[in-house]
Amino acid sequence: MLILSRKKDQKIMIGDGIEIWVVDIRGDTVKLGIKAPREVKVFRQEVAEEIEAANQAALRSSLDLPFPDVGDPKDRS
Amino acid sequence: MTLETKAYGPVEIDEKQVLEFPQGLLGFEEHRHFALIDAHKKPFFWLQSTDNSQMAFILIKPSIFRNDYDPGVAQEDFQDIGAEGPDDCLVFAIVTIPESGPMTANLQGPLFISKKTRKGKQCISPRDEYKTRHDILEEMAAGREHDADPLP
Repeated sequence: MLILSRKKDQKIMIGDGIEIWVVDIRGDTVKLGIKAPREVKVFRQEVAEEIEAANQAALRSSLDLPFPDVGDPKDRS
Repeated sequence: MTLETKAYGPVEIDEKQVLEFPQGLLGFEEHRHFALIDAHKKPFFWLQSTDNSQMAFILIKPSIFRNDYDPGVAQEDFQDIGAEGPDDCLVFAIVTIPESGPMTANLQGPLFISKKTRKGKQCISPRDEYKTRHDILEEMAAGREHDADPLP
């Protein structure tokens, strides 16, 4: 694994199209800006696990659907 | 064809209602075929597995409570289902209705279904503003208040 040190406002380039920018460093949190082509998927590692957990919770949903006031019918397209 | 459903027991469906999710849903990769069925109550739909009657998800169109919903999913996801982009697709969010607490929708893992190929995929939104549990009724109410604001 390649390990690089970067300071605030410095960047890392990956290939021709991906740019990672250290936007801010506060305490133990690094804020990164990521520029990547549309075909490249970028997401936090925990997101897939969160979606899996949400799917499991959704499967245990009550079968009794509430009847919300859906507001203006034009929004129902 | 007749399909055994979780919500309504046996339901007569058209083969055109059957969708293929080549990669399944996250955590449920083994289930690839689902029928999209109108729920008896609008604005909901059921995504009912065709091989397991107990495997069914409640869906809603995110535009009903977020008319600016734009999850910005990767182009690669559209290629996986034979779509050019979001305009060729139907988009749904999976709904959770807990025993107690608010009904929520997952805007972080939306389902895109190609209108042309009838293939679907659960995509991941890279945008931090979208979470797995959006309170549908609360956001609907907030949206209406926002619409009612007089223009500056």
